[in-house]
Amino acid sequence: MKLRISALFLGTALALAAGGAMAQDKTVKIGVLTDNSGLYSDLGGAGSTLAAQMAVEDSGLAAKGWKIDIVSADHQNKPDIGTTIARQWIDVEKVDIFVDVLNSGVALAVNNLVKEKNSIMINTGAATSDLTNAQCSPNTIHWVYDTYMLANSTGQALVKAGGDTWYFLTADYAFGHALERDTAAVVVKSGGKVIGTVRHPLNSSDFSSFLLQAQASKAKIVGMANAGGDTTNTIKQAAEFGIVSGGQKLAGLLLFINDVHSLGLKVAQGLNFTETFYWDLNDGTRAFSKRFSERMKNKAMPSMVQAGVYSGLIHYFKTIDAMGGNPHDGVKVVAKMKEAPTDDPLFGKGTIRADGRKLHPAYLFEVKKPSESKGPWDYYKLVGTTPGDQAFRPLSESACPLVKK
Amino acid sequence: MQALYAQLLVGLINGSFYALLSLGLAVIFGMLNIINFAHGALYMMGAFCAYFLLNITGIGYWPALIIAPIVVGIFGMILERTMLQWLAGLDHLYGLLLTFGIALIVQGVFQNYFGSSGLPYAIPDELKGGMNLGFMFLPIYRGWVVVFSLVVCIATWYLIEKTRLGANLRAATENPTLVRAFGINVPRMITLTYGLGVGLAALAGVLSAPINQVRPLMGADLIIVVFAVVVIGGMGSIMGSIITGFALGVIEGLTKYFYPEASNTVVFVLMVLVLLVKPTGLTGRAA
Repeated sequence: MKLRISALFLGTALALAAGGAMAQDKTVKIGVLTDNSGLYSDLGGAGSTLAAQMAVEDSGLAAKGWKIDIVSADHQNKPDIGTTIARQWIDVEKVDIFVDVLNSGVALAVNNLVKEKNSIMINTGAATSDLTNAQCSPNTIHWVYDTYMLANSTGQALVKAGGDTWYFLTADYAFGHALERDTAAVVVKSGGKVIGTVRHPLNSSDFSSFLLQAQASKAKIVGMANAGGDTTNTIKQAAEFGIVSGGQKLAGLLLFINDVHSLGLKVAQGLNFTETFYWDLNDGTRAFSKRFSERMKNKAMPSMVQAGVYSGLIHYFKTIDAMGGNPHDGVKVVAKMKEAPTDDPLFGKGTIRADGRKLHPAYLFEVKKPSESKGPWDYYKLVGTTPGDQAFRPLSESACPLVKK
Repeated sequence: MQALYAQLLVGLINGSFYALLSLGLAVIFGMLNIINFAHGALYMMGAFCAYFLLNITGIGYWPALIIAPIVVGIFGMILERTMLQWLAGLDHLYGLLLTFGIALIVQGVFQNYFGSSGLPYAIPDELKGGMNLGFMFLPIYRGWVVVFSLVVCIATWYLIEKTRLGANLRAATENPTLVRAFGINVPRMITLTYGLGVGLAALAGVLSAPINQVRPLMGADLIIVVFAVVVIGGMGSIMGSIITGFALGVIEGLTKYFYPEASNTVVFVLMVLVLLVKPTGLTGRAA
């Protein structure tokens, strides 16, 4: 009898211990869903996975008993492949949080899935402002930049400088359409006019036909609503066709440091565009970027997408650490992330709005002349800064249901 | 109307790349019966070769036009000797799969080391600038590409169709045993032919380096279109691929003007139409 009672006690104790462990589940799986092989792989890709690893190491959570795993996959810039991987990650691999997810087409598709499965997406790669507007979700935070901000900053600055007639060269998918739409709105609002648009397929190599049409339009500004390899080839071929020397101005609506690096300063000099992160902004960005670059195979400096992966995850780790465990309810974690102000060495102090928009300053840069650059990756001059609360779409204009209620 | 002339000219310029690449493919298929899926990767290697020559050894564009095709051609001949020759006499599918695998490996290696954004290669000083033709601004370099490719295409066609060497080559593929009986080294001829086809791809790569970024995937993006050109022209037909190359460049240019969204697919629509009417391609002979 005595034995039976002690067995009962032991059993109860074990059950309680197991229950206690479940209440403090400290395991997290991070999925870096990105373009590992295509035209955007330099600005996300392996660099995003490295940034995620660095965030895990710097978070100090391992010492507090957390077990954090990272998985990475290539969505090949195809929304169907992206969602298939995402579905498998959530259902089979128990991934809690998606980061990077560049390419607006993929991001919008994964956005729906993440909402349906109550997972989390910290999107640092996609540009479309729809992620925090009509398609906003309580499970998604849009971290780095968006088309509204790019349009607002670069578009407005160029119209103010006298560029009042525009012709758009647009990548023919969700991202290009959103960037063109948002920029055109800013141009018109600032007193300018859109003369025409040509939509090219994603990943085109030859832009001469499109550039000729832009040239014939006589618009003062040729706005490039494309990204990555499409933009670099456009810029290179625009120089060849004498677009800039003929008096038209080329506007890079979305340009990354990797694009400038690959073009070389000779071709890229003088271009104006907006980013929210540059490695040489301050001591904090320089220290991180140096560590990052040393671990990259080609010694590349981080792009704003990769920096965003780090910054977003650092805030996520702070939040789940404060929660003490059980980080598997997406809506709950994202709500907590929105409550606390953000602060990290890369993007400085910021906040996350109700619609999922992360706010931080946007910087208007100009590419240096070769003679002004002191060494590799010394490419940008800071032209202007827009504070976070003015850079992004104001909540009063938002169509996000999370805001309206 | 002026804009239309401009698009025609631009189409012709792109057509010259299609022609050079599909010519190499047609030579290799016509003589070796190999569907060379590595052609795009070899084109990319030509561009990279020009980049390395300039940035490592300081050798400029003009010598690169000769050196790069030779270097990449030798690489091609090594491929042929070590791998492709074992497929002689087997179904086309084996060659296609092997060369596709080679292309993936080569592209993967380059992408691993050089990323996806590409590397800059400037237009040589002698060909900088452009001229105003009245209806368009023609960059001198693009004009040079059209003229140079036309010359290379015609020279290659002449070499294969009109010279004794070409006649031997064609005979060797028709009946290797008989040609060997005349004391001609057939395997060596085949290797050299593969080298020639590969050299043409590399040459197109060097020509394209100053226009496009030198990127690991530059060939992968182009190869499918070039295959469509070869199929439309008639597999293995030298003249067919040259003419179709230029013609499709022009048609694609016009599509970019009238309905840009379809510019990536128009070639395939044409391919379907041609194959429905004439399964051997426009100038192809029945197998």
